[in-house]
Amino acid sequence: MSVLIDKNTRLICQGFTGKQGTFHSEQAIAYGTNMVGGVTPGKGGQRHLNVPVFDTVAGAVDETGADASVIYVPAAFCKDAILEAVDAGIALIVCITEGIPTLDMLQVRKCVQASGVRLIGPNCPGIITPGECKIGIMPGHIHLPGRVGIVSRSGTLTYEAVKQTTDLGMGQSTCIGIGGDPLPGMNFVDCLELFENDQDTDAILMVGEIGGTAEESAAQYIKDNVTKPVVAYIAGVTAPKGKRMGHAGAIISGGKGTADEKFVALEYAGVKTTHSPTEMGVVLKALMGV
Amino acid sequence: MNLHEYQAKDLFREYDLPVPTGQLAENAEQAAQAFSELGGERWVVKAQVHAGGRGKAGGVRLVSGTKAATEFAQSLLGTRLVTFQTDAVGQPINQVLIETPCNIARELYLGAVIDRALGCVVFMASTEGGMDIEEVAKNNPEKLLTVAIDPLVGLQPFQCRQLAFALELKADQIKQFTRILLSLAKMFVEKDLSLMEINPLVVTQEDQLLCVDAKINIDDNALYRQKTLAAQRDTSQEDARELEAREWELSYISLDGDIGCMVNGAGLAMATMDLIKLHDGSPANFLDVGGTATKERVTEAFKIILSDENVKAVLVNIFGGIVRCDLIAEGIIGAVEEVGVDVPVIVRLEGNNAEKGLDILKQSGLSIITAKGLDEAAELAVETLKGASS
Repeated sequence: MSVLIDKNTRLICQGFTGKQGTFHSEQAIAYGTNMVGGVTPGKGGQRHLNVPVFDTVAGAVDETGADASVIYVPAAFCKDAILEAVDAGIALIVCITEGIPTLDMLQVRKCVQASGVRLIGPNCPGIITPGECKIGIMPGHIHLPGRVGIVSRSGTLTYEAVKQTTDLGMGQSTCIGIGGDPLPGMNFVDCLELFENDQDTDAILMVGEIGGTAEESAAQYIKDNVTKPVVAYIAGVTAPKGKRMGHAGAIISGGKGTADEKFVALEYAGVKTTHSPTEMGVVLKALMGV
Repeated sequence: MNLHEYQAKDLFREYDLPVPTGQLAENAEQAAQAFSELGGERWVVKAQVHAGGRGKAGGVRLVSGTKAATEFAQSLLGTRLVTFQTDAVGQPINQVLIETPCNIARELYLGAVIDRALGCVVFMASTEGGMDIEEVAKNNPEKLLTVAIDPLVGLQPFQCRQLAFALELKADQIKQFTRILLSLAKMFVEKDLSLMEINPLVVTQEDQLLCVDAKINIDDNALYRQKTLAAQRDTSQEDARELEAREWELSYISLDGDIGCMVNGAGLAMATMDLIKLHDGSPANFLDVGGTATKERVTEAFKIILSDENVKAVLVNIFGGIVRCDLIAEGIIGAVEEVGVDVPVIVRLEGNNAEKGLDILKQSGLSIITAKGLDEAAELAVETLKGASS
């Protein structure tokens, strides 16, 4: 097992025939992901990358039995794309696109929550179960099948964490990039719950950053519910207040959301933290005693 | 994106929200004309800058008589205002807003933000108007009243009444307050706001509610569909380098250290800054060069980093991922040659074809220092500076 996705996941891509959709779908297929089709309105009936193209998500689900969808459409159309996937009964939606208006996400999250669907992202690298299924833009080759669950708000910083656990021979069960937006779909707590309940995950590596209180909620959840070892790193100790650090959600506003507060909350919850982004792997390895 | 107070009040008028009568002035002549056209003997003159704390910093004053009023307006225009929210240089005052004063009976606070934890827009109100609301929230949290708006249903009149009664408003004031709140909620959604504040919302001695101040932030992600508002951007209020970076879709924030940073990815860029600090160095900036570190973008990034004269070394940290590191290396070489970089450049490449990329850099003949890992890169950057200064 792993969490959310494995070799049986049947993936479609929304924005399939566009530049991003094409490039990353090629990569996903090369990695071994079971891509069963794609959606581009108006191009239904064609074939692209050797799989069928559909006009609608509902049509794709009917024909292929797809249960996951990855979204590469431009930000202005993402609300529509996500809601279409929800309506079609897709169980796992992964939205890679950055720059979706916040008010769009307020409505989307309400609908997603009401329907019980899982949304990863937006503004995220995606999710991967090494050796089985890659949904998103992460480089597949740095991953190694293993037993560490990784959850992160960042893209390249996640790759850093992945590479460290790969180099140390631990590997990953599943890596989830929840994204850098202020209103993400799945949050740390959702992912921690999955990893805690996953038989094939032995330890969890959590990569947070400044802004919001998701890390503090995670700390409370870990204290109350998580029995597996957790290592956490928070980026942005040196970030100034009131400035948006690249990610829409990475901002210390009203004095809230500093890295120091998050470190304190996590340490209080018994989480092993590291202040060095280069030591996430070694700290985890030491903690696991392997 | 921020609006000026006068721009926010123009938007308020579109939504029939009560604001004081006022005029904008960019010079002494326009100010004198405003005093004459507004009439009366007393006016409020308000510096238009993108920063809070204007009153305490001397940027807002009630003035009497045309002569004193004009002098005050003139003393503000063309200067910079330093408040507790600005840096030491302050923000340029290019305009003043001149308004007719009102007879204040009560000062309330009214604001709206997007609550990340709740996932909805929250309206906040307090009887402690005119005060720093963050202080109220910290010291007297019971005095900050809130209502959460369901994103699918919108603000309901009963929620307005809840706040109105809690604020001890009376009779017609309650109706006015409800009307104001409903209009604000409509505006918040229609205009893609991320923050709205009225501090103070005044109850006049004549029993009228009046939005005496107005602060608005617009969601940057939504500017593509808010073209009228986007056109009101005042770039004079923004950091020149941050502005230049945005033209190239680079994300740049200047800091006060001496090691320039160029990194792909926002999280990794923050982590790189933190690591420099861990090695007792000091980062000069945050810069996310984006997922595709092409030669053009890297070149522009170098230009922006080096336009900060405090920068004594540049640390480039790229996790190649799907992008090939040998292509990135060529981009870095091209950029260093084109820009004529004369400070040490330390490069760490990781990911696809990283070895090949580092070899290309070593053989370039340029003074580029290559590092094996991120730790070594940060160490080298800090060491290089120590060597240079000793």
